[in-house]
Amino acid sequence: MSEILAYGFMQRAILAALLVGTLCSTISFFVVLKRISFLGAGISHTALGGIALGLVAGVDPVLTGSIFAVGTAMSTGYISRVGKISEDTVIGIFYAFGMALGIALISTFKGYYPELFALLFGNILSVSVRDLLYMSLALVVILAYIILFFKELLAICFDEEMAEAAGLPVKPIFLGLLAAMGLTVMVSIQLVGVVLVSALIVIPGATASRLSRNYRGMLTVSLVIGLAGSFGGLLISYYYPVPPGAAIVLILAAIFVLSMAVKPWFEKHLRD
Amino acid sequence: MGELIRAVDLGVILGGQKVLEGITFSVKAGELTGIIGPNGAGKTTLLRAILGLLRICEGELNVLGVPDTSLMDVRPKIGYMPQRQSFERRFPLSAADVVAVGLLSPATVLRKITDKDRRIRAALKSVGMESYAGRPFKELSGGEQQRILLARSLVRQPELLLLDEPNAGLDFPAQQSFLQLLHKLKHEKGLAIVLVSHDLVSIASSADQLVCINRSMHIHGSPAEVLQSSYLHEAYRCQFDYLSVGDKRGVDCE
Repeated sequence: MSEILAYGFMQRAILAALLVGTLCSTISFFVVLKRISFLGAGISHTALGGIALGLVAGVDPVLTGSIFAVGTAMSTGYISRVGKISEDTVIGIFYAFGMALGIALISTFKGYYPELFALLFGNILSVSVRDLLYMSLALVVILAYIILFFKELLAICFDEEMAEAAGLPVKPIFLGLLAAMGLTVMVSIQLVGVVLVSALIVIPGATASRLSRNYRGMLTVSLVIGLAGSFGGLLISYYYPVPPGAAIVLILAAIFVLSMAVKPWFEKHLRD
Repeated sequence: MGELIRAVDLGVILGGQKVLEGITFSVKAGELTGIIGPNGAGKTTLLRAILGLLRICEGELNVLGVPDTSLMDVRPKIGYMPQRQSFERRFPLSAADVVAVGLLSPATVLRKITDKDRRIRAALKSVGMESYAGRPFKELSGGEQQRILLARSLVRQPELLLLDEPNAGLDFPAQQSFLQLLHKLKHEKGLAIVLVSHDLVSIASSADQLVCINRSMHIHGSPAEVLQSSYLHEAYRCQFDYLSVGDKRGVDCE
């Protein structure tokens, strides 16, 4: 273990894994409760259009990707409510649009763009101090938002009609959650890439929901699983020739499968 | 007793279309009013208009003495129980957590809810579910879940209770038990209750008055008056036989 910590790139990678693991598992809690898992996959693929646009325009692709991700998340929430169309349908359209835009722009590239491949498949080992600052800022902003509006977010996820009837500002609070989700997806893309990021914001919450009887337990278990998956995947990729992004998602998937096997035992012995 | 709801020639717009018009009725304290009508008649729309969630395009609506434009002021005095499909059944909340949701309002955003535990306990006690506080909501039976949701709508000690098909999906004993609980609340707390129902037999025997609506048509009066009215057949496009067995009143659709 001390051998791993001797390398600067591994220190940064571990820190990135902990930051993203915390962020994703917290957002995953709401994603699973509100049943908007497909939105995560859609946002990440739409972000590809923003990333490609940034590379073509010579602007930081993380910035343009973030704008696309947050914009897509909030537009989906807004259009689905105003137009009375399901979120899945709206994100299905954005998903295809973002991918098509990304593919069209990438086809114009001449030469090799290492940033593009890092963002497509993730490269946690190349995380810079600047990336860590960006992740930390995102974590602080998103956690502050969730802590401030936690009881309202929980009420909206449980019974949106009741929340609306109580006079809560449902639309702005929910759009805030979607913006947080978009930002989380973009931050996590640097870790596991566009292709695999949805796993990070679905699996921790989905596994936790199987093992918990109340939301406090679910949030805690989701956090533990998110951190264990991120950190465990990083360790595996250090010792074995597996890309870190793939290793993280494989560990999370293994934990989910394990949770299905242990659930009956859990229900019998470890009820929160 | 004063009127808690007074609707005069009420018209409501939903999605750019007028879905209710010419609705007139009033609700007094300590009175159970049944709202009946066929599917798509606008019963839920009427409840949402009373809550101030929909725009009133014509007529007058006074709720707790306040005209519709300033309904937000009286929202905390209205308890609302939406249809069962509005909430996520497998949500990981305890019964007490579900009741706590009823304490939320614009005034509690970014603020701590005062005296939360005592108010939750009192609401659970009022529906006979005090011992269920820590139980996972998702593990309760349909009837028990309905009582917890009723406690959620009672937790702010409302003067007016709006219930949208609370008996849907419940078996007969659970339905009867729920209606008995409503009667108890009506008498003990002097609550005005507006109950949307498709169960004409139960609602006719429980309500003090019935309002039968079908978009632009409506009739209101005692259950006997409404059930005997030819308008009922017209609204449901169905023939009914009026039944009177002891103190039970009801209808049969032929």
